[in-house]
Amino acid sequence: MGSFSNSSSVINEEDKNFYYATQWSLIRSRFRQHRLASISLIFLGLLYLFAIFSDFLVPYSSTQRFSKYNFSAPTSIYIYDSEAGFSSPFVYGQKKILDKKTFSWKYEPDLTKKVYIQFFTEGEEYSLFGIFKSNIHLFGIDEETPVFLFGSDRLGRDVFSRTIHGSQISLSIGLVGVSLSFLIGILLGGVSGYYGGYIDDLIQRFIDFMISLPTIPLWMAFSAVLPRDWSSLKTYFAITIILSIISWGPLARVTRGKILALREEDYTLAARAAGASTPRIIVKHLLPGFSSHLIVSITLSIPGMILAETALSFLGLGIQPPAVSWGTLLQDSQDLMAITNQPWLLIPAIFVIGTVLLFNFVGDGLRDAADPYS
Amino acid sequence: MQRILEVKDLSINFYLREGVVHALTDVNFEVFENETLGVIGESGSGKSVTVQSILGILSQPPAKIVSGSIRFEPESRNLELNLLPTYGDTYRNVRWNDISMIFQEPMSSFSPLHSIGDQISEALTLHRPELSETDVLSVCLGLLEKVGIPSPAMFFKRYPHEFSGGMRQRAMIAMALVCNPKILIADEPTTALDVTIEAQILELLESIKSEFNMSMIYISHDLAVIGEISDRILVMYLGRVVESGVADEVIDNPLHPYTRALLKSIPKIDQPIESLDPIEGSIPSPFEVHTGCPFYSRCTERLGEICLRQKPAHKTYNNGHKVSCHLHA
Amino acid sequence: MLTYTIKRLFQLIPILFVISVVAYAIIELPPGDFADFYISSLRATGVTVLEDEALRIKEQYGFNAPVVERYWRWLENIIFHGNFGYSFEYQKPVNEIIAEKLPLSIGLTFGALIISWALAIPIGIYSAIHQYSKFDYFFTFIGFLGLATPPFLMALIFAWLFLKFFDYSVLGLYSPEYVTAPWSFDKFIDLCKHLILPVILIGLQGTGTIIRVMRGNLLDELKKPYVITAKAKGLKFRDLLLKYPVRMAINPIISTIGWLLPALIAGEILISIVLGIQTLGPVLLRSVLSQDMWLAASIVMILSLLTIIGSLISDLLLVWLDPRIRFERLSK
Repeated sequence: MGSFSNSSSVINEEDKNFYYATQWSLIRSRFRQHRLASISLIFLGLLYLFAIFSDFLVPYSSTQRFSKYNFSAPTSIYIYDSEAGFSSPFVYGQKKILDKKTFSWKYEPDLTKKVYIQFFTEGEEYSLFGIFKSNIHLFGIDEETPVFLFGSDRLGRDVFSRTIHGSQISLSIGLVGVSLSFLIGILLGGVSGYYGGYIDDLIQRFIDFMISLPTIPLWMAFSAVLPRDWSSLKTYFAITIILSIISWGPLARVTRGKILALREEDYTLAARAAGASTPRIIVKHLLPGFSSHLIVSITLSIPGMILAETALSFLGLGIQPPAVSWGTLLQDSQDLMAITNQPWLLIPAIFVIGTVLLFNFVGDGLRDAADPYS
Repeated sequence: MQRILEVKDLSINFYLREGVVHALTDVNFEVFENETLGVIGESGSGKSVTVQSILGILSQPPAKIVSGSIRFEPESRNLELNLLPTYGDTYRNVRWNDISMIFQEPMSSFSPLHSIGDQISEALTLHRPELSETDVLSVCLGLLEKVGIPSPAMFFKRYPHEFSGGMRQRAMIAMALVCNPKILIADEPTTALDVTIEAQILELLESIKSEFNMSMIYISHDLAVIGEISDRILVMYLGRVVESGVADEVIDNPLHPYTRALLKSIPKIDQPIESLDPIEGSIPSPFEVHTGCPFYSRCTERLGEICLRQKPAHKTYNNGHKVSCHLHA
Repeated sequence: MLTYTIKRLFQLIPILFVISVVAYAIIELPPGDFADFYISSLRATGVTVLEDEALRIKEQYGFNAPVVERYWRWLENIIFHGNFGYSFEYQKPVNEIIAEKLPLSIGLTFGALIISWALAIPIGIYSAIHQYSKFDYFFTFIGFLGLATPPFLMALIFAWLFLKFFDYSVLGLYSPEYVTAPWSFDKFIDLCKHLILPVILIGLQGTGTIIRVMRGNLLDELKKPYVITAKAKGLKFRDLLLKYPVRMAINPIISTIGWLLPALIAGEILISIVLGIQTLGPVLLRSVLSQDMWLAASIVMILSLLTIIGSLISDLLLVWLDPRIRFERLSK
């Protein structure tokens, strides 16, 4: 045979990266091309940052009441005044007026009272992560005229502050709950998929059974059993456990299916032939093989948890006041008359829907990135 | 002999997200009445695209016929298939009625949800609405018997997954014959089957072809099979016809280095296996654009600069043997 | 097929057993003796219950017996006497309450199932054929929105919108003037009007997902070789589409009943609570809030039973519709 050279096809640098990339960097680069998913991931990250630093970011604690200002509409922020021209942001004071037609109280801006918003101002003391004590808030205003970005509720509490505080529970319950579900799922699914046979049949039946149960009634019944006098933290964990114990089914099924497919792969056989132990094979060889799929499944099951917590708390069965979550905030809007007159009480709902949407977009992007051919 | 199909300067591109694939470039050939045309090439050479474009079953987009023409019965009806609307009545009536096809995968080419009988008789009831149900049934059962299915009536009611690959391929052949087509296209009909079954299917196809007075286009990547079954041979490489001619002539006197290489890579019973010469390298990326001869990178007889830079012209010898290579300029 | 059905029915027995254990756990879990609760609720209504009378009640309901025996007594009553127990909150047998509310719950759920399929399948088909069209993007977005909005929020938002823009209250089953009116055609029409929105809202829960599943399945199926075969035979596009790939893509949709039904039941409960429709939903909420556990457990059990039966039906339907599954299952 004559000499064979590859002169006609020169691989450029970019292609080289493509051909020699690891699975993860491939997924990462494909994910980045998915614009909606990338943007959603950034927004999700911001939401979680807000939740972590909520004490600093919002002006009030979740329980601070302004008794003179119940059901106040969102405060408008101005940067222009016909007399003074442009200035740093300010709000007008509010005066309560009785509407003669409907006989209900309304708030109107008091144009004579102009209050500037202060940044990095001192307010109520809080402790970040339970360690750093501080009383500096991102923005605030003097006590007399409160600023309600999202309006105030029945008791005159700031809906904006409460929404951001509430995201701590709402956002974390998804992560914690899914981690628990995942743990159960991977354990049972892994055992089921790896051993197969009789054990697999049994576990598989059980998973089917769990999936076919109507979750909401079960969640309702079990959360109702929790003692009312438990601390918020205890209730929080109990609710999380109830949520995940009833919903690990789908994740376990995915895990099982993947392991079942993968254990037939040559490299598992090779590892087994080389004498590797069963747990070692599961951890070293099988898990990395489908971790990308699992991440997709996990991402897509977080929203379910968030929605479940919201629904339960909304019904008064989940997180109990004074703890706040998006669900407890929405309890105020149970009354249709309330949301007709105070539609801003529905603002936490936008956060719920938005978060779930973001998780779905990210999950979809991840799925495309992990497995472009499926 | 009359020409029944004429493909002229056919070029087809696939517009994909990753780029443009030039699937076919200036493909020329014709099919005569009652002859078997063998098309050979490696996977990716454009054999399947060629025949699928004849039947109009390529997905457009991503595929697009950029230039050229496909004429059916150019001497009489002269239907210019490439200009007909894909789902128009004229084109639909050509399909299966005039040109039918045996697919490579007998399993996936049948719907798993419909009985074999339903799928075999479907085209007949569609194209011959005047036939009664019993007529349709008797035609189908007769054909099933002809292709060697033991108890056709039972077979008719069953589903594809209940049978072996060989049986399914026989059913596929019967299905292709229901409308008594003028051209039968067989797209690697034996690739998915066992070697022993392969011989039976080939034999069946040959006998059926002469009995039904059809032309046949037989596609394969196996030159031994092609040499045995064809009257004329078309050698394709990277979407181009590099050599064509009467079967014996192409086999005995191959002109293109690619055809020669293919011939050398066929195992023969009287030779030791070491004497096989596989073709070095592999088919270049489909996205690559070639300014010169597409076989350049793997050719052992290349001349140099001219092969890399200039497209070889088609040369036709008196006996109809055509080649496209700078060695025969 | 008959033997297979019977076999599947027998396989339900252990599942029913597990369900009953879960339901009984709901009864047993609340702290405090159930009898104490009963007795104190009797006392609260003004009945004087003496200590030995209290003991007698405990004896009668078997509250002094070990848990397994209590469970068995409870189960025995259900199996052999069809007796689900007594609701202290409503002061009547659980059977009566369930008989009264269950039909509407089933009706709403079933209606929602039909609506979600009737909407999702055609939209899914159209979206798949016109992939990446404006229509496709629009319904993908709507589907995501439906997926992300919890049913009770959807109900709240719609109820609010109706009230705000049409000054029309969708709450309850009847308009005020019909609540106490005797049955008439007008009252029936009024009832239907009030049921349309809940049925659609409950149905929307699954619609988005089914659209996506249908679209994805059909896109996969359209690439399959048998579609090319059908095209090569000369079929019209419409005939080809409906006979082959759509048929194939619909089958997995049938098996989604397994998870769709629990979701629909969840939606039915939450939406009924928000819109004040007297189905099992509000009863369940009231019973768990007042720890009326016999009632709660019975409702949970009946709803679980419904979903299990639903997925069994979908399974049988699939065996009947898909010869591959039929071949595999029946030959076992």
